[in-house]
Amino acid sequence: MALITALISGIIFGVGLALGGMLDPSKVVGFLDIFDVWDPSLAFVMGGGVIVNVIGHAFITRRSRPVCDTQFHLPTTNTITMPLIIGSVLFGIGWGVTGLCPGPAVASTFLNIKTGLSFIAAVIAGLVIGKIVHKQLWPA
Amino acid sequence: MTIDMEHFTPLASLAGGVLIGVAALILMAMNGRVMGISSILGNAFTSNPVSGLWRWFFLGGTLVAPFVYLLWADELLPRPVADGSTLLIGGFVVGLGSAIGSGCTSGHGICGLARFSLRSLVAVMVFMISAIITVYLMPHSA
Repeated sequence: MALITALISGIIFGVGLALGGMLDPSKVVGFLDIFDVWDPSLAFVMGGGVIVNVIGHAFITRRSRPVCDTQFHLPTTNTITMPLIIGSVLFGIGWGVTGLCPGPAVASTFLNIKTGLSFIAAVIAGLVIGKIVHKQLWPA
Repeated sequence: MTIDMEHFTPLASLAGGVLIGVAALILMAMNGRVMGISSILGNAFTSNPVSGLWRWFFLGGTLVAPFVYLLWADELLPRPVADGSTLLIGGFVVGLGSAIGSGCTSGHGICGLARFSLRSLVAVMVFMISAIITVYLMPHSA
């Protein structure tokens, strides 16, 4: 059951990315390019996603646990840390250069066969090394 | 600044955002998990193969989703902005940054903001400014 709901969530997520325009790197860069001819579409993606979640979250957290698990797995830290800032700066640079963040990178894997597999491999390599760097430089 | 009316898709983008939000709600309500792709992808390889199997199902769904979309949509034509080593190094930095910063556009941008997390709000402001400056400095033909 938990696997089916994760699969359905993944499909809806990816369809949302496709419909919203997030799988088109040029559209993403057009959104980030606020000093030129600006395409504000992706603000609607984020706005729609956040509003739905604000409303839905209020209902979900009334329950003591999720349907398929014993507890909600929510982040416990809420302090502004150096890795949060440095990591976000780096992520923004990579996102600006490629027009792809991790979700669209996954969804694009088989969409653009020529570059999709090598690109997602590069993202995964960055994630794995980033986790090691995070542990080494900022031990919990 | 002028609005790019030629490419502006407010309704489709809003609908896409709503779907992304619904996906995040399903994952939280059913699985109790934050829909943060960088953490799902980063932990897929290292977590327990049984208790972490949901990650592979989620990622599998996202992998096939563009083809589900194409069942009713006419076309889906990504227009790349980078290729070759630029694309690969950029992808590596995307992964590196989201692992060090504990999240990306989905985890911080959608889920974190909706939970009114101060950490996520700071992360989103920092990566938006960073990405906007990056695009401003990049040679491009817009």
